[in-house]
Amino acid sequence: MATILKCKSLVAGHGSGEILTTQQSISFWGGVEPATGMIIDPRHELFDQSISGKVLAFPYGKGSAAAPLVLLELAKQATAPAAIINIETDPLLVAGPIISKHFYGTSIPVVALARAAFDRLQTGQNAIVDGVKGEVVIE
Amino acid sequence: MYLTDDELKMRDGHLGEAVSMAMSILMDLGEAIDAPEMVEITHVHTDSGFYLGDAGLEFVEHLAALGGQVAVPTSMNNTSFDIERCRSYGVSAKLCEKIRRLEKAHLAMGAIPSWTCAPYQDGILPEPGSRVAWSESNAIVFVNSVLGARTNRTGDLVDICCALTGRAPKTGLYLDENRMAAIHARLEDFPAEAYTDPRFYPLLGYFIGKECGNQVVAISGIPGGVTMDDLKGFGAATASSGATALFHMVGITPEAPTLEACLKKDATIQTITVNPDSLKKSEALLCTAENDQLDWIGLGCPHFSYAEFTELADCITGKKINPDIAFSIFTSRKILRQVENTGILEKLEHAGIEVYADGCLLLYPQSLRPSGTMMTNSAKAANYIFSQAGYEVAYGSIRECVESAVAGKIVRRPPAWLQS
Repeated sequence: MATILKCKSLVAGHGSGEILTTQQSISFWGGVEPATGMIIDPRHELFDQSISGKVLAFPYGKGSAAAPLVLLELAKQATAPAAIINIETDPLLVAGPIISKHFYGTSIPVVALARAAFDRLQTGQNAIVDGVKGEVVIE
Repeated sequence: MYLTDDELKMRDGHLGEAVSMAMSILMDLGEAIDAPEMVEITHVHTDSGFYLGDAGLEFVEHLAALGGQVAVPTSMNNTSFDIERCRSYGVSAKLCEKIRRLEKAHLAMGAIPSWTCAPYQDGILPEPGSRVAWSESNAIVFVNSVLGARTNRTGDLVDICCALTGRAPKTGLYLDENRMAAIHARLEDFPAEAYTDPRFYPLLGYFIGKECGNQVVAISGIPGGVTMDDLKGFGAATASSGATALFHMVGITPEAPTLEACLKKDATIQTITVNPDSLKKSEALLCTAENDQLDWIGLGCPHFSYAEFTELADCITGKKINPDIAFSIFTSRKILRQVENTGILEKLEHAGIEVYADGCLLLYPQSLRPSGTMMTNSAKAANYIFSQAGYEVAYGSIRECVESAVAGKIVRRPPAWLQS
C-alpha cells in the first residue's frame, strides 16, 4: 500500500523515480558533475552515484552561490534529478529548479518534509513527488 | 506574495519579455522562501558572467536577445580568466569564445565590465543602509559588514534577474532583526603586535567561519587600526571556511559601535573565546606543505588592492624572483591601469611577476602552474586551492611570499604571538 507524506511545496511540478537519500548536505558546485549527474565529491557518502532521474533526498543544500548554474546545466543536459526533497529551505538551492522551469520548461519539483517524514524515505523505493498538492507518495 | 502595481506590470510583460521572465523567477523564488514582498534595490554585483556550462550562457543571451536592460547600476564579478590575454594564458579558444559571448550579452544589457570580485576596491561603495543584491561570497560579506549596505547571498543568475527588475525577495539580511548577532566571539590573550600583523586577520576569519557557519557573528577585542585589506582578507576567509554573510567588529564596523548594539535582543547569546591556540589550528589547516619545496606564489584572492601592490613593490625592490618559481597576481582592470600608470607594474614584471586582470586565481590554476605547492597571503585561496584543485599550500604574508619566491623555497617566519 502506498504511503502518503504531506510536505511543503517550494517549487511546483511533478516528478517520480527511485529515491536516493542521504543524511549529508549536498553542494552542487564542486559536488555534482553536470554532464553526467554523478556525485564527484570523494568525501560524500553518495560519491560515484548518479542523481539523474532520481528523487533526491538530502536534509539541506550547502548553499553555494553557483548552485543555480549547476542545476540549470543539469536540466539542459537532461541529467537533473526528477525531484528534490529537503528538510530545510535553501534560497540558493531552489533558484535552479525555478529558473529551469521558466527557461527550459523542465519540471524539477522541490518540497520540504518534516524530519520524521524525511527519515521514512529509503533509497531504492519508488516515489511520486507532487509539488502542486504538496505530497510525496511512496509506492 | 504581494506585488506592487509596478511589479505586476513587470511580471505581465509591460516592460518587455526579459523583465517579465526575471520578475516571474523572483516571484517564484519569493514564494518558495516565504518572502511577503519584494524590496527595491539600488545596485547589483552579478556573477552571471561566470562560465560553468552552456546553460547559464544561453540564459543570459536569451535575456539580452529579449532586449533586457539593467534597471540599476550593475557591476560584474570576475570571470574565469584574463579576457584580453586568455590565449597567452593557455586557455582553449573554445572557452575564450564562451567568455566573449558572456561579455557581449552583459554589455548589451548595460552591465559595467568591472570583472572583479572586489568591486569595493574599484570605488563601487553602496551607501550604508542601502539595499543591494550582490553575488560573490567575499563581496557579500564586505558590503554587508564593512560598508553597512544590505544584501542576501544572491545566487548566480538570480543576480541578473535582480538587475533587470531592480527588485529582490524581501527576506534575510534586508530585515533589521536578522542583522543582529547571536554568537559573540571574544578575543583573548593576543599581544598588541598580533593586531598589526597582516597574517592575523585571515587566520582569525578562517577560525570564525568554521565555528559560526552561516550565522551573524559579533567579534570583540580588536583595538582598532584595521586596514581595508585586513577586513577583506578576514571576510573572505569567513565566507570560505563557513558561509558568513555578515559580521560585526565592535568599534570598527558601522553597525557595531558597541557590543550591545549588534547583539540580538531577548535571545540566548552563545559566546566563544578565540586565543592564539585557535589561530594555530587555522594555520595548520592552511599550511599543508610538508617541506620547503615551492612552485608557485599566488596573490590577489580577493583581487589585489593598490595598497597591496605598493607593499609588494617595496618588498621586491632590488630583488629577482627565482626562475623556477611562478609568481601570479590577479586584480581588477581598474587597479591594473593604476599600477601601470604609476610604474609599479613595470617594476614587478621586471622582477619576474605576472599580473592578470579579470580572472581568478582559483579557476583554471593549471594554466598557471600544473601542480605542486602554492604560497599565498590569502586564507581563502589556501583553502580552495588545496580542497578543490589539489595543490599543497603554505600561508604567509606578502613579505614572506616575496622572500620565498626569491629564495626558491618556502621561507616562513611564524610570529611570536602564534607560538605557544
